[in-house]
Amino acid sequence: MTANWAEEAVRAHAGAEHLTREEQVLERIAKARARKPRIREERITLSHGAGGKATHTLIEAVFLEAFRNPLLEPLEDGASLVTEAGRLAFTTDSFVVSPLFFPGGDIGDLAVNGTVNDLAMCGARPLYLSCGFILEEGFPVASLQRIVASMAAAAARAGVQIVTGDTKVVERGKADGCYITTAGVGLLDRACTLSASAARPGDVVLVSGPIGDHGITVMLARGELDISADIVSDTAPLHELTAALLDAVPEDVRLLRDATRGGVATICNEVAVASQVAVVLDESAVPVRPEVNGASELLGIDPLYVACEGRLVAVVSAECADDALAALRSLPIGSGAARIGTVRDDPPGLVLLRTSFGGTRIVDLLVGDPLPRIC
Amino acid sequence: MRFVDEFRDAGTARALATRIAALCEPGRRYKFMEVCGGHTHTIYKHGLEDYLPETVSLVHGPGCPVCVIPMGRVDDAIAIAERDDVILTTFGDMLRVPGGRGSFFDSKAAGADIRMVYSPLDALKVARKNPDKRVVFMAIGFETTAPSTAMTVLRAAAEGLDNFSIFCNHVTIIPAIKAILDSPDLRLDGFIGPGHVSTIIGCRPYEFIAREYGKPLVCAGFEPLDILQSVYQLLLQLHEGRCEIENQYARVVPWDGNLKALQVIGEVMELRPHFEWRGLGFIAQSALRVRERYASFDAERIFSVPGVRVADPKACQCGEVLKGVLRPWECKVFGTACTPETPIGTCMVSSEGACAAYYNFGRFSRERVKEATQA
Repeated sequence: MTANWAEEAVRAHAGAEHLTREEQVLERIAKARARKPRIREERITLSHGAGGKATHTLIEAVFLEAFRNPLLEPLEDGASLVTEAGRLAFTTDSFVVSPLFFPGGDIGDLAVNGTVNDLAMCGARPLYLSCGFILEEGFPVASLQRIVASMAAAAARAGVQIVTGDTKVVERGKADGCYITTAGVGLLDRACTLSASAARPGDVVLVSGPIGDHGITVMLARGELDISADIVSDTAPLHELTAALLDAVPEDVRLLRDATRGGVATICNEVAVASQVAVVLDESAVPVRPEVNGASELLGIDPLYVACEGRLVAVVSAECADDALAALRSLPIGSGAARIGTVRDDPPGLVLLRTSFGGTRIVDLLVGDPLPRIC
Repeated sequence: MRFVDEFRDAGTARALATRIAALCEPGRRYKFMEVCGGHTHTIYKHGLEDYLPETVSLVHGPGCPVCVIPMGRVDDAIAIAERDDVILTTFGDMLRVPGGRGSFFDSKAAGADIRMVYSPLDALKVARKNPDKRVVFMAIGFETTAPSTAMTVLRAAAEGLDNFSIFCNHVTIIPAIKAILDSPDLRLDGFIGPGHVSTIIGCRPYEFIAREYGKPLVCAGFEPLDILQSVYQLLLQLHEGRCEIENQYARVVPWDGNLKALQVIGEVMELRPHFEWRGLGFIAQSALRVRERYASFDAERIFSVPGVRVADPKACQCGEVLKGVLRPWECKVFGTACTPETPIGTCMVSSEGACAAYYNFGRFSRERVKEATQA
């Protein structure tokens, strides 16, 4: 809303009669946001690992700056490699979750599913995984065996083989029990090209099920909050779901992303920026379990930013949206799929939300972890 | 979600909006201040301004606990945290607040043991678990959070814990409201009263606002319909020529407050002669400190802190924003030099800060968004 005194101020600013003063400020901000990201901190903080703005800045200002090449530059979930034998998808992911074991899963199945899903989001058929372990001196072998057993089970479920690996042990206190890095290779045997920059005005945004289960489960499993709720992590492989979707509407899927760290909100922001479109979400259409909603309310965080480990966001053409939704819902893991938004041309680069209350707001990237409010 | 959805019902909001519009006299503009940062957050998060006529504007007040902490106090807390024998605990919202030499996050990255807690009692747990360390709780907030800090000190005293103390930064709301009423730059038509603070202090302390300053105040809850109803009640008072203190949040706020909580505060804390507020300067009798009889729990007495007053950065206009004189986007550095990633002022840090709320939720042109979100 622009008050009259603001408009008076506009009149004082000669030469910008067509814009209110607030709009001029908004334009200045848009320009500032388009500047090349620069890392200002002297040291890495936890925000750099949270998946929000600080992470994006770190990736673009440090890693992309040093490694820049056409395969890395799109910053998709995995790289698409063209070989004489065919097209391959290649990806890697590290896992440092605490606690290592939580309702619905553990770091082991997370490490397998996470990489399987990154490959699936490229449209690939996941084939082979590597795993690297960093173990802390004193870590119980029984726990390691438990983790490895669930990795084996997850690999079998996803139809992939773990074909190479590495182990390092560090002194007590230099790591938190067990960290795992997995990398994966998959076969891109479909003609489709999926990309965060492929969204077009008119497209429809789908999500494959209720969001935020994993993030809230882990937060509660840490036991710091003295809240308990009947929810489990949604960790699961999504390759069958992506295959079902790409079989049903092969030409009409623009992009697929698994909504991990940073949640659905972060993906939508990446799409809006990469495709230079507006993503308009409908809050009342976003599926969230009441338990997740309740815990989020108590903590003052927004489920849109909470991590999932078995949910995908798909942007599809409007014509095929119903077929795409039906394809997702045809599998049990996608039974809760929903249409949550649309793609518009203006204002480019922004994610907008029609709130359940009936208002509008933007949904921006968070800086770091969602921090609980004071009161 | 039960007991939440009822207060976010779009149908009721539309009905209320019609009645609000009917109460507005043609040609007259209305300016109401929501004192509490929690209200600011709700207003932006739910897009509440979409329901208000253009002639009704909401001005954000000083009631954001993080925003009013001056830089010198942050530096003092960090100086304590940087001692080898200290674990500093604080609320999540506080971690990104910049002091003169960086934020808690920066100090944590540089090696200080700084931990986020959800309540002061969690800090007590940290103290019990680390008997060889001195655990300090950075206490902030208005009367809302002061009782829990005071209770924690009483609990620590009862347990005979000798490694726990608080760095007390509690402030009181009435002197801040009075400072705003006495400020010559602002013309307000009424106040949306701070609901959470009022659960402790009740509505009686506001009576002077109507009696001496001739401004109505409606104490409001934190759901969007609560705030919309409060705007309606304020407009109705103006329309009927009344000027009263009303309690919209009677389901939680007793008129006389919470006597027990007030007694607990009074037992442990006393008014400081004066305290510096960020952007507002020194205000007499506006903050609390630990009483002499609990000196052994007072970090200010235990540790020598620099206690240096640090002037706000020149470009920062947090003071004007906190007083409601400037809207967030009218600040010279808003959104360009001062952003949530690189905040210059506190208002850009906390999710209750007016600048952060506007930047994260409201940073758009209403006209363009209206077009984009219309289905």
